[in-house]
Order: sequence, then C-alpha cells, then structure tokens
Amino acid sequence: MSENKFTCLHDKHVALGALMSPFGGFDMPIQYKGIVEEHNAVRNAVGVFDVSHMGEVHVTGPEAQKFVNYIFTNDITKMEIGDIQYGMMLYPNGGTVDDLLVYTMGENDYFLVINAANIDKDVAWINEQAANFDVKVENQSESYGQIAVQGPEAEKTMKAVLNLDCTDLTFYTFKCVDYNGDNIIVSRTGYTGEDGFEVYASHKTIQDMWDMLMDAGVQPCGLGCRDTLRFEVGLPLYGDELTADITPIMAGFGFFVKLDKEDFIGKDVCAQQKAEGAPKKLVGLELHDKAIPRHGYEVCNENEEPVGYVTTGYRGISVDKSIAVALVDAAYGKLGTPLKVHIRKKFFDATVVKKKFHDKSYKK
Amino acid sequence: MSKIIDGLYYSESHEFVKVEGDFGYVGITDYAQHELGNVVYVDMPEVDDEVEAGEDFGAVESVKAASDLVCPVSGTVVEVNEALDDEPGLINKDAFENWIIKVELSDKSELENLMDAAAYKAFIGE
Repeated sequence: MSENKFTCLHDKHVALGALMSPFGGFDMPIQYKGIVEEHNAVRNAVGVFDVSHMGEVHVTGPEAQKFVNYIFTNDITKMEIGDIQYGMMLYPNGGTVDDLLVYTMGENDYFLVINAANIDKDVAWINEQAANFDVKVENQSESYGQIAVQGPEAEKTMKAVLNLDCTDLTFYTFKCVDYNGDNIIVSRTGYTGEDGFEVYASHKTIQDMWDMLMDAGVQPCGLGCRDTLRFEVGLPLYGDELTADITPIMAGFGFFVKLDKEDFIGKDVCAQQKAEGAPKKLVGLELHDKAIPRHGYEVCNENEEPVGYVTTGYRGISVDKSIAVALVDAAYGKLGTPLKVHIRKKFFDATVVKKKFHDKSYKK
Repeated sequence: MSKIIDGLYYSESHEFVKVEGDFGYVGITDYAQHELGNVVYVDMPEVDDEVEAGEDFGAVESVKAASDLVCPVSGTVVEVNEALDDEPGLINKDAFENWIIKVELSDKSELENLMDAAAYKAFIGE
C-alpha cells in the first residue's frame, strides 16, 4: 500500500466502509454515504469530521508573543486567554507558507493549528525563524487527535452526546476541559461556514468520542464535503487559494493582515500590494452553463487568451450553479467582468461574482 | 455487488453498448456509477457528431471529479439522452436504463473487441 500516515480513527473509517484516499500525507476518508448527503447533513443538521491529520505546534517561552506576532499576519496582542485568531505565515516575498489558527493558552503560551500537508515544512520554517527568539517550539501533531462537530445542531449534539456544555463559547473562542482525566481543548471553530466545534484530545479520548457520536447516529462526514462546504462560503484551502505564490492580499484576505502592528515577515510586500493593488486577484466565477470548472482549468478573456486559472470549482450543492474561485490578472478582477473557462475542448462563458456563494451561519 | 446485464458489450473503461439492429446505445455501467458517486453533470456530444472507438465523446462528472467518456464503438450520434441534462442523477438510479448516446454503428466488427457480461464480471473482480 502507500506510505500515508493513519489517524487514530483510521480503522473506524475503514469499518464504516468509507472511500479512502491520500490527503496531506494521510490516508483519509473522502466520503461515507455520499458527498451530497454529508454536505446537506452539515448545512441542515449536524455532522462529524475526523480532522486528526491537522498539525499542532505549541510555542512557549519569554518571547513567545513577540515571536508568534513576527511570523503571523494577524495581531495576537489583541487576544485574551481563550481567544483564537485566523491568519497566515508568509515568506518575505508575501507568498503564503500556510494559513493557521493561533490559540492563546496563557501569557506567552500559544497553540498553532496548521495544515496536515504542511506540517514538516511549517515546523522547519518556525524553527528557523525562532533562532533569534527566546522561545520553545514543540511539534505536538502526533499527540493530538481532532474531531470537528459541525452544523446548526452542533451545540445540542456536543451537550447531548459528549456531555460538553459549550453555550459559554462564542465564535473563535475555546476552553480547556478535564474530560475523564484527559485535558482537552474545545473551540467554537470550523471549516464549513456553519456553527460548530473542534475538539483536540488524546487519541483515546477522540476514539471514544467518535464511537459515542456514531452510536448516537451523527453523520460521519469525509473530506469530500469538507471541501464543498468550505468552498461555497469562500474559505480558502492551502494549495488552492493560498500558495507560496499567492499573497493574502491577492486572495482577498487582507482583513487578516494587520499592517498597523509591529514588523512581521512579508509585511512590506503586503503593504505595497494593499497600497498599489496586487498583480493578481482571487475572484468568484459563475458559469452560464452546467459544465463544471475544476482546479487548474484555464480562465480566459473574451478573446480566449489565458488570464488565470481555476483554484477550486464545483457544481454547487447548496447553490445549484456551476461555480468556481479563480486566480486572474487583476485587470479582470472586477465584479461583472465576462470571462471564459476552458473545459475540455470548449470555452464556457462565465461572469466574475463574489467568491462567497453561500452565507455563513456562525454563532457570534 | 454491481448489476451486470447479459447481452450487452462492455469496455475496460466501463462503458456499455446495447445493440439494436444497426444502432448502439452507449452509457456507463452500474459499477462505474457506483465508483463515481453522485453524478452531477454529463457532458454529451451533439446529434450528427461523429464518434470513434477509443476516443473521448464527453465526460461524466461527480461532485469530486470529471471522468472522460470513451466511446467503445464508431459511428454517428443519432440521439442524446436529454433527460440527463436536467437530471444527471438518473445514472445513479439506473445506469443501464439511462444510456447517454445512441450511435448509428459504422463498423459492427468493433463489437468483437469488447467484453461480454461474463468477461466484464471477471474484469471488475466480482
């Protein structure tokens, strides 16, 4: 077989008959029942994902705050203990190393959640930058399992099935809980555009929680619908919408880049692009036809000359249209611009639209 | 266990041909629809298009991916299954009933290159 790693729930996915496929160096479930059914379970009720492949890095030490703020685009000095921020780590040229969550665990104590495919690269990058700071960097990715309980019924499910009362958590906050002797982290976060929670715990606790959720009839959801859900609400996937060649400004995530804070890696390029405009722009596309734009397909202007490419595309599930996100030359980035997508042998008409195709329903 | 129908011809890329006189109905097998998952779009040729054995004539797309359709026979498209335009999921309901194109066969000897039901059954390992 492959050299892909297994999460602590791997055997359970196989036993459930999931379609398994490599993702980010792990053998992961793509779907159990079907992408459409799982997608709708999350939009309309509740579903649970195994996201144990995500990486966790713990940064502590006298200069932890100063250090994390230097490698991260958002401003962590604005957080209190129990707060979470989303943002990016950038290369000096503004390209993205990864997008991540930073949890404020305590004074000079931060928990970074990074993408599975980037764990080795990120840890090397963080360690390299840490050389001039008095900090301790620990890669704890192997110690944690993680599940995401997502959907409008998530809060009710957390209480009823896992006995975790989360009514006190607001969006992008977390708490540490003693759960049968295991010190776990529960946050009101997710990657679906719906209300929901993510739990970080030991492999044993995650396995027990998964079994409880299955016994209660909660729909297991694979990475297939995780992608359709995040795409419809305009959330980026590293490797598609954010890469070493795409700055957060090009991608339209300038909100998470705080240019008014102290220096951070990639600041100059972001400031320049914000002031003068970036050369490329991430846009939404709506096709006038049913043909489906896929990652990598060429995007052209009306003369059928290439001006960019599709980063993610689908036949929408919550939105019954063929839709895409594409990186195009900035001149073609205005809403309403007519473009064409090259699909197999034909060019299909499309229009630039907002890249949020479905409204998020977060509990603020 | 996938459904396989006796009397049809099968290709290694999981298309079937149901022959009636000089015509062949071409679609994807039950095994293929199951492997694909929810079909959300079928890219079909137009009536009067020429198709050639071994060449792409369109694509079947699931939520996750596009799969090329490879024509098992050569000829002229005389009909396309327009019902699939509005309801591509019909292929998941009954792949054999919901053929994709009807072809006027130009060379019936090409059918000899395809598998019968028993050979296809062995091919997919069932």
